[in-house]
Amino acid sequence: MLVEFLFELRARKLPVSTHEWMALMEGMALGLHESSLDGFYHLCRTLCVKDIAHYDAYDDAFLAYFKDIHQDALKLTEELRAWLANPRALDGLTDEQRRAMQALDLDKLRALFEQRLKEQRGRHDGGNRWIGTGGTSPFGTGGANPSAMRVGGGGGRSAMQVADERRFREYRRDVVLDVRQIDVALRGLRRLGRDGAEDELDLDETVDQTCKNAGEIEVVFRPPRRNRVKVILLMDVGGSMDPHAELMSRLFTAASRAGRFAKFRSYYFHNCVYSAVYEDAQFRKAVPVAELLAHSDRDEKLVLVGDALMHPAELLDPGGAAFFSSQNRASGHEWLRRLAAHFRSAVWCNPEPERFWAGTTIEVIASVFAMWPLTLDGLAQAVRYLVRGGERPRVGDPERWMKSMVG
Amino acid sequence: MSDVFDQFQGTASYIASEELRHAVNVAVALARPLLVRGEPGTGKTLLAENLASALQLPLIRWHVKSTTKAKDGLYVYDTVARLHDSRFGGEGGGDVRDIARYIKLGPLGEALAAPSRVVLLIDEIDKADLEFPNDLLHELDAMRFRIDETGREVAAVERPIVIITSNNEKELPDAFLRRCVFHYIQFPTRELMSEIVRVHHPDITDKVLDNALEVFFGLRATPRLRKKPSTSELIDWICALNKAGVDLGKISGGIPFLGTLLKTEQDVELLGKRAKA
Repeated sequence: MLVEFLFELRARKLPVSTHEWMALMEGMALGLHESSLDGFYHLCRTLCVKDIAHYDAYDDAFLAYFKDIHQDALKLTEELRAWLANPRALDGLTDEQRRAMQALDLDKLRALFEQRLKEQRGRHDGGNRWIGTGGTSPFGTGGANPSAMRVGGGGGRSAMQVADERRFREYRRDVVLDVRQIDVALRGLRRLGRDGAEDELDLDETVDQTCKNAGEIEVVFRPPRRNRVKVILLMDVGGSMDPHAELMSRLFTAASRAGRFAKFRSYYFHNCVYSAVYEDAQFRKAVPVAELLAHSDRDEKLVLVGDALMHPAELLDPGGAAFFSSQNRASGHEWLRRLAAHFRSAVWCNPEPERFWAGTTIEVIASVFAMWPLTLDGLAQAVRYLVRGGERPRVGDPERWMKSMVG
Repeated sequence: MSDVFDQFQGTASYIASEELRHAVNVAVALARPLLVRGEPGTGKTLLAENLASALQLPLIRWHVKSTTKAKDGLYVYDTVARLHDSRFGGEGGGDVRDIARYIKLGPLGEALAAPSRVVLLIDEIDKADLEFPNDLLHELDAMRFRIDETGREVAAVERPIVIITSNNEKELPDAFLRRCVFHYIQFPTRELMSEIVRVHHPDITDKVLDNALEVFFGLRATPRLRKKPSTSELIDWICALNKAGVDLGKISGGIPFLGTLLKTEQDVELLGKRAKA
């Protein structure tokens, strides 16, 4: 039965291995799950989910898999019925509380409980209240009702309730990021090499040379290791990018941090790259793209950031950039292709959520540049692609789309 | 419950949530390393200290730095000392030919060579190089290693309890994660937090505690704060309030000793702007 839960987890892209599953079985054989669903929830999460970003998906899978089992088990457990007949909470009550308690006698309470049980099935479909919640419900753990009945294991909150809260949603990988997270993601973008001044003591070599020198100390220096990666960042600003301005500034802050790359340059463009890019976001200092290409190694990493959303004519027609340049004989599409052809590795990060990509100019641009969404996951994949290459993600069917546009 | 389980219940000075206690006990029962993550200041490092004192086992610490190599944790062959001895003669006239004299066990090596069970803390494992955790895989799995220079095999008599902490600075390799029991320390709820503060300041009154927590959680809820104040900062802050004899209930405008709670200029500035608005 539980194996299906494993596949439920894996279906949600949780990387649970056989190794971990065996550990879970071992743990259950030792009784670490305390023979309860709550215990199992924590045991399984502790052993199989190793990343806070996956907790939410785990909660989701747990809810989907156990929601019915939970109720069936509750219904069938004779132990629970015996327990209901003998509520522990009677001890240590004031007279006033006892009177309140009697107002709701045991039979009534049991009837209410069973009724609530039925409602609970409807909760997932309809939205009623859980047994097992705290607060003032007469049933559950840690509640404030004087005649409360405790249902479920000792002291903690029920797993279903914990799972149902989806507390870990904010830790998901596919949300947009803050500076620190971008920083961490960009750390992958490095290729270390030694060059520059020799100012680091090479201990191994020193020992070697000293030994060869019959014990006469011979000190050897070497240059320290530095990141050799050079990056050019092209950012779309203004217009449809305004909602993403905050995110862009975070990305810029993280990327431009001193000493991160051997060489870091950034330029701005509006909508699409045409014959020139700009050194400032006010578009005053133009740098012709031809010049940019002439001054860039093919090994430099090109990162474009923009929503890639525009009117098709702005991308596909020559002179589409009516706003800036007068003599624009090539289309934006053509300029993008020239950029892509020059650099060995280039990516486009798109702050627009992926679900809006289909059927827009994004598809066309994604066929020129490898494109990922500007999320923690997307950025990490983009960085991996820049360093190691690999498969480009396929977005929609740009050819068909372009034909329908032109035709 | 069996006596192998539920060994750890927190200590007098360390309040652990139910979930954390469970994770610790699972790790102890399965004899696997426990990987603890969470915001800075949620007591990841303290966990190991308190686990050791609760189980009355010696604690061995290994603070990982950006330059730490996995091998350093096992042992270091001090070639320079040997060279020095060979040239100038060591104090006490050591035998330079005996290499074993120059092998110094690192924290992991010490934990494995210990005559009885110990708690080993590998603190901030993500500070080291990306490959660092991978280099430890075999040693943590088999709990044994070999000193190449002398051919000596060191194997643990009893598998140590290994607590590993991480601040989420780097992704840890999958192969490493697979072997660990994982727990993410959630930021304490208000109830748990008041329990924690009471442990550190037993004579605090309800009113003072309430006021302090009000300010603290209000501060944490401020949007766009670069670094939210943490548990340890709250405790320091209350300590400062106590020492200065400040009554929070009577103070209007401005938080006293803000420097103990907020650590960046931007945050202090941001809070100033909000107070004015």
